[in-house]
Amino acid sequence: MSEKIQMERHNYDVVVIGAGGAGLRAAVEARTAGLRVAIICKSLFGKAHTVMAEGGVAASMGNVNENDGWKVHFRDTMRGGKFLNHYRMAELHAKEAPDRVWELELWGALFDRTAEGKISQRNFGGHEYPRLAHVGDRTGLELIRTMQQKIVAMQQQDKKDHGDAESFIKVFAEVTVTEVLKESGKVSGVYGYKRENGVEVMFEAQAVVLATGGVGKTFKITSNSWEGTGDGHALALKAGGNLVDMEFLQFHPTGMVWPPSVRGILVTESVRGEGGVLTNNKGERFMFKYIPDVFKDKYADNEAEADRWYVDQDNNRRPPELLPRDEVARAINTEVKAGRGSEHGGVFLDVSKRLTEEVIKKRLPSMWHQFYELAGVDITKEAMEVGPTCHYVMGGVEVDPDTAAAVGVPGLFAAGEVAGGMHGSNRLGGNSLSDLLVFGRRAGAGAADYVKQSQPTKVSESAIKNAQEKIAAPFKRTGGENPYSLHQELQEITHNLVGIIRTKTELVDAINKIADIRKRIENVSVSGDRLFNPGFHLSFDLDNMLLVAESTAKSAIVREESRGGHTRDDFPTMDAKWRTLNNITSFNGKEVVVKQQGLPSMPKDLFDLFDIHELEKYMSKEETTKGGR
Amino acid sequence: MAKNIKLRIWRGDANTGKLEDVSVEANEGEVVLDVIHRVQATQMGDLAVRWNCKAGKCGSCSMEINGKPRLACMTQVANFADDETITITPLRAFPVIKDLVTDVSFNYKKAMEVESFSPPADLKPGAARMQQIDVERSQEFRKCIECFLCQDTCHVIRDHEENKKSFAGPRFFIRIAELDMHPLDMLKNRKQKAQEEHGLGMCNITKCCTEVCPEHIRITDNAIIPMKERVVDIKYDPVRWLGSKIRKREGIV
Repeated sequence: MSEKIQMERHNYDVVVIGAGGAGLRAAVEARTAGLRVAIICKSLFGKAHTVMAEGGVAASMGNVNENDGWKVHFRDTMRGGKFLNHYRMAELHAKEAPDRVWELELWGALFDRTAEGKISQRNFGGHEYPRLAHVGDRTGLELIRTMQQKIVAMQQQDKKDHGDAESFIKVFAEVTVTEVLKESGKVSGVYGYKRENGVEVMFEAQAVVLATGGVGKTFKITSNSWEGTGDGHALALKAGGNLVDMEFLQFHPTGMVWPPSVRGILVTESVRGEGGVLTNNKGERFMFKYIPDVFKDKYADNEAEADRWYVDQDNNRRPPELLPRDEVARAINTEVKAGRGSEHGGVFLDVSKRLTEEVIKKRLPSMWHQFYELAGVDITKEAMEVGPTCHYVMGGVEVDPDTAAAVGVPGLFAAGEVAGGMHGSNRLGGNSLSDLLVFGRRAGAGAADYVKQSQPTKVSESAIKNAQEKIAAPFKRTGGENPYSLHQELQEITHNLVGIIRTKTELVDAINKIADIRKRIENVSVSGDRLFNPGFHLSFDLDNMLLVAESTAKSAIVREESRGGHTRDDFPTMDAKWRTLNNITSFNGKEVVVKQQGLPSMPKDLFDLFDIHELEKYMSKEETTKGGR
Repeated sequence: MAKNIKLRIWRGDANTGKLEDVSVEANEGEVVLDVIHRVQATQMGDLAVRWNCKAGKCGSCSMEINGKPRLACMTQVANFADDETITITPLRAFPVIKDLVTDVSFNYKKAMEVESFSPPADLKPGAARMQQIDVERSQEFRKCIECFLCQDTCHVIRDHEENKKSFAGPRFFIRIAELDMHPLDMLKNRKQKAQEEHGLGMCNITKCCTEVCPEHIRITDNAIIPMKERVVDIKYDPVRWLGSKIRKREGIV
């Protein structure tokens, strides 16, 4: 590669990295505030991983059960996260989610309806009332398409008003960002390249919003697409930001397990919300054995009561299939390890006995389609085989809850899955779509306020040169390691040693092996040229995934307790001391460093929303006596 | 149950290209995208292919498999005979960028030309009341994953580059129909515009688009034909024709 480097220069007020739900919502907000916005997506516009969200968006509109409200949603979210959530994020989220859903309706979204014509809401794990606004089982697609079309609508208006549809919002599809640029300690723009042709792009911008989603591709079995390589997590670390609680990964209890090529693909929680039951190879409905003490008063301990709940929710406790995801995933894992699993190493999920063929096809159409076409299973007649799959990272960029500003990096913002804190140690289903709407909007507004109050910074030529050298590097090497095989090795390490159940010895092993890959990645070489070259693309993704894996392993080894999406075989219970601590990850240029930081404690008004006896299960005596701030 | 299968993959760029034969391992239950990935990881590190969700929900891995527009993630290898060579080529209606990746920007341009959703100006958040039966018609079209297979197969543009200027294609006919049937949309002349500005009249309902739709949207029966019928009604009913002329300025047809 000796040809001259081609580079485009762009200038915007705000650059949004990621065109999933959070990124698009941020862009809409920043544009509405009058700013010029570039949206960068790694794929084509409208293909983001948000389309895979199936079940719905959680918002306490109270359309189906009028007892619902933000306080109930807030409590459920904190419980689901085992009280490690940043209380302020959970509060904002619960309060603002209904407005974010209603606003989508004004932009053209068509949610399923109740008999009165309001937005219908469905049951989901950990949510006390039917709370998830949905469109069959393709809610994420509806969100993406609605916001994509909202952006087109804004561009059409800009064309009318300013003569150019792209004068205020422009989408740059199939661009990889390799670096967030900084000058004098502040964000000055981003650098990257077009995947299509390898042409480099430099965006000058005062504010950058990270909305890059998750990290699932670090793991072998995952529901995430190729894009989930932790780009935003790594970009934030390299720009001097922090990650919070990277040990918490959500293994969704129900991924497909057979055939091998679809292993990990998500089976929506709505299957359980609509009445699906989990059984082992003895036909036993095993979840009754796995109700933890903290949830005993909310979940039925016998089949008769669990079944009655579907018709009378006020007088019966919920079926244990609807426990928070971490509990169900661990239970399935235990059943399979004890030899009570299905032929292909999962358990059975059956909705055919409770619902008719017609209802299943109406409420779960894409599940029916997915199993019928990919596994040859007709879910209206037979059970699905399911098992845990790496689905979501609760950990992420440390942000200010109100503005989504990344701590320590002026001009950097983060929203959606890439941001940490909101979900604590475990996210409830349905809370991710609401999260990305609430905090996507807040990040857009936060970035707009920041831009209006700060001075533009010019990107220096030395910063550009630096970024260019990094992009050229893999082509300059020859005979080095193949990025595809290194990626596979990394996935084996995380799957085997940093997976759903962890121990100290395995984590030590993982940290050593990740360090070894870190050395070898410096030799990665790629074949071909810059024209749409997946091997070249993977070499950058790999670097990001390594930083994520290192952050996760190093955070996991210090947290000596089990909570939510972090289970230590050698420390199997929750520890009240660890409830008050966040693990904060930073990067010193060579390796990831983890330190502990106190979790902000709830103010009195939020503290008092809980029954003190419930809080006693999580908090130390000292904390409960103090009773909030 | 691994076996070796034969693939013939189109490789090249905007200027030149050719079909290349490869032999690759295939395992039970695998789809065409799996074997393409294996080719990529073991034999052709720079083979270009788009994909995302691998579950038929994002519409990225559109290509032509034995000449048929399909999603590679939803095409089982087992559907082909053991000794059959599977030929994989890029979408024919769009310009090639590299290998199996095409420039689909045509579709994004057309999306920009469809007038957006127009709700009543005084509609308050949370105030909308719609019946399930009324939203379902538009919901069918909102299932669209924008794989653009319907656009690729439509013979109006597949081999007629010159028609692209005046023809939006099936994907955008269902978008217009979706808005036209949307209970809250206030624009009244969408069908007319479909006919006059988006080339609805050029479609001669061969239903090829419906056949390739991976979401099984009944593009022709539920969107195109109803719009065509209404447009014809309006055009050939002299009273309505006159009315439409008189009231056109107000946009009420």
